[in-house]
Amino acid sequence: MPVEVRIPTILRTYTDDQKSVQASGSSLSALIDDLEANHPGLKDRLIEGGDLRRFVNVYVNDEDVRFLGGLEAPLTDGDQVVVLPAVAGG
Amino acid sequence: MIGTSRPSTLGSVLILDRATYDGIVAHAKRDHPDEACGVVAGPEGSDRPERLVEMVNAAGSPTFYEFDSTDLLRLYQEMDARDEEPVVVYHSHTATEAYPSRTDIGLAMEPRAHYVLVGTGEHGNNEGPVEFRSYRIVDGAVTEEEITVVDSLSVSPTTPSTRPGAPDAR
Repeated sequence: MPVEVRIPTILRTYTDDQKSVQASGSSLSALIDDLEANHPGLKDRLIEGGDLRRFVNVYVNDEDVRFLGGLEAPLTDGDQVVVLPAVAGG
Repeated sequence: MIGTSRPSTLGSVLILDRATYDGIVAHAKRDHPDEACGVVAGPEGSDRPERLVEMVNAAGSPTFYEFDSTDLLRLYQEMDARDEEPVVVYHSHTATEAYPSRTDIGLAMEPRAHYVLVGTGEHGNNEGPVEFRSYRIVDGAVTEEEITVVDSLSVSPTTPSTRPGAPDAR
């Protein structure tokens, strides 16, 4: 069940510089595990303490996953997932 | 110039056109005492800050800034469609020095960007000079760089008609 995942510049070291990769999973959590299997190290950049990192934004079909159930957000074939680090500071 | 240890792939100077410089300063003054934030987008790999995009500070705070999540997605989709990247990421410090805070350094996620800091502490919303400084932030290391303000970005990026001084650039 392939899902396209857009990878931000700073995380492309994990994807051989690819801007987008294919992964599968019926939830965001499963998708991230699948990503990790092929791109080791990526999961730790997305998840901290069992939840999405505060300053990493993940979107499914243009919707912030925080409004879709977070890591439990369901995914189906053909969905597009976008990962974007927050632009933030003090 | 401060610092020479930066990888040679990064520019050692930020070249901004006058209108963009003035636009960033005006935005910072307008939003004072809250922090203002935005980007200047340019063609990928060009190091040319061409398109000023003011962003809303979703934090609405004098000590923190964050692009709204939906705005962030829209911005990156737009840049993607235009083959652009954020050449400059700017924000203001409204009470402290225009130097990256620990939070700024920890959250800097665009290793190719020039991080511009505008300090509005002295004159706030009013006329008067601001601090205007630029940095590279890569893997937690901060390197300040020179800023050159030109009337307009040259057609050929390799031969910029720079103007020395830019007296109010600091």
